Amino acid sequence: MIEEKFDAIVVGAGMAGNAAALTLAQRGLKVLQLERGEYSGSKNVQGAILYADMLEKLIPDFREDAPLERHLVEQRFWMMDDRSHTGLHYRSDDFNEERPNRYTIIRAQFDRWFSQKVREAGATVLCETTVTELAQDAYGKVIGVRTDRADGEIHADVVVLAEGVNGLLGTRAGLRKRPTADKVALAVKEMHFLPRETIEARFNLRGDEGMVIEAAGTISRGMTGMGFIYANKECISLGIGCLVADFQRTGETPYGLLDRFKRHPSVAPLIEGSEVKEYAAHLIPEGGFKAIPQLYGEGWVVVGDAAQLNNAIHREGSNLAMTSGRIAAEAIFQVKSRKDPMTAENLSLYKKMLDESFVIKDLKKYKDMPALMHTQSQNFFLTYPELVSKAMQNFLRVDGTPKVEKEKTTFKSFIKARSWSGLFGDAFRLARAWR
Amino acid sequence: MSIEPSVRVEDKLFYNRYLVDAGRAHIKVRPHTTPSPELLSMLKACPARCYELNDKGQVEITVDGCIECGTCRVICEGSGDIEWSYPRGGYGVLFKFG
Repeated sequence: MIEEKFDAIVVGAGMAGNAAALTLAQRGLKVLQLERGEYSGSKNVQGAILYADMLEKLIPDFREDAPLERHLVEQRFWMMDDRSHTGLHYRSDDFNEERPNRYTIIRAQFDRWFSQKVREAGATVLCETTVTELAQDAYGKVIGVRTDRADGEIHADVVVLAEGVNGLLGTRAGLRKRPTADKVALAVKEMHFLPRETIEARFNLRGDEGMVIEAAGTISRGMTGMGFIYANKECISLGIGCLVADFQRTGETPYGLLDRFKRHPSVAPLIEGSEVKEYAAHLIPEGGFKAIPQLYGEGWVVVGDAAQLNNAIHREGSNLAMTSGRIAAEAIFQVKSRKDPMTAENLSLYKKMLDESFVIKDLKKYKDMPALMHTQSQNFFLTYPELVSKAMQNFLRVDGTPKVEKEKTTFKSFIKARSWSGLFGDAFRLARAWR
Repeated sequence: MSIEPSVRVEDKLFYNRYLVDAGRAHIKVRPHTTPSPELLSMLKACPARCYELNDKGQVEITVDGCIECGTCRVICEGSGDIEWSYPRGGYGVLFKFG
């Protein structure tokens, strides 16, 4: 057993864990961070987009040495049917700013850099160590962790659970339930390598400019899901994810879905001739506000994906992870500064501070979206994309049909597919869930 | 539409790096005679195709190619069909990019 007692143990070295460990160490607390991978990042999977604002709050000058890929100047939303896509693209030279707002990153490289900052701030980082369970006293108070190393019980005043979406320790200790199949998505991703110039030519980029495509429609075969294509410097991150419950229900395979997405006529030319160097899979919390579990208790707090803090509508997760990690650490620091014990009552400060941040405010705004998307998946991911594609083609194809008749055909196709009440109902439900 | 080529997951897993903890599978399937619907769904839902049907119609797991996503835990742990843990520290998939 490690005799030394720590102020705080952070379990996990992803975005949330690194943010928490860094903040605690910066405030002078004695911190131990445990990570099961061979280094921070070796088990972590994300698209990935980095949000500068949230990282600046932790490391203001991160742009000087962080391994960043491309700063984003363009976002494309694609609504896809089997042979087409209808796009909404936004590109602005305003994003070519001195301190860009969003970057693509490669997590294994980025997290390694982030972890170095955690060490430099004074935290002890122990990798290749899997925490197997929480150590609790006779009253259930969390007093430390047990690891898979020999005599691996280690004690601390508070444990920060940044253990990722699976949240095994919290579930085992009965602090929260295992995520259910309708509250998590399974995403699979490949890394496609191409020469830098090829990527820049194919995506209309100059220098370190970057772009991302978020795609939805028939690519998810009627399931609730999305595809994505992110341009890095010398590779493209390409993936697709759908609700686990939908995979279970339909019997679709994740790799089958991925390969169909890659063969789509709008996608195939973008990755033609690439060399694939990795295939990864990961769960994404999709339950939103209503799926957030208890966030604190006697001697513990939970942050990041383990707390299901993910904004599925805006595809934001790592920023919520970083922010929740930082806020939890600040709350712990305040309790510690007052020389108060790490009780649930005192640690409720974390939830209070999180409630006041964008993290909970944003999730609250979209609290009804997950249910709407999940129950209406056929309409939103199959019917409408096909209708929109037909309407666009009808609009653009010049074939001697009078425009009045073309419009009638389009209107009729919408009414036939969804009926007036269906169309208004969908619009109403969407507007209500969005507001 | 052309005929869809079959996807070989094995080829995809070949890109990845692993440190296999020989003899210590981190996921175990509970012995059974007839697999539950949950367990059967893993034949398709596992992104690394770790789950396979043996010639007796039972579901077996080979964890060597596991990419540690947790999908089978979400689907099968509740019904008691599997025991699910992370690999020992340092073992399992080692992402180069993530």
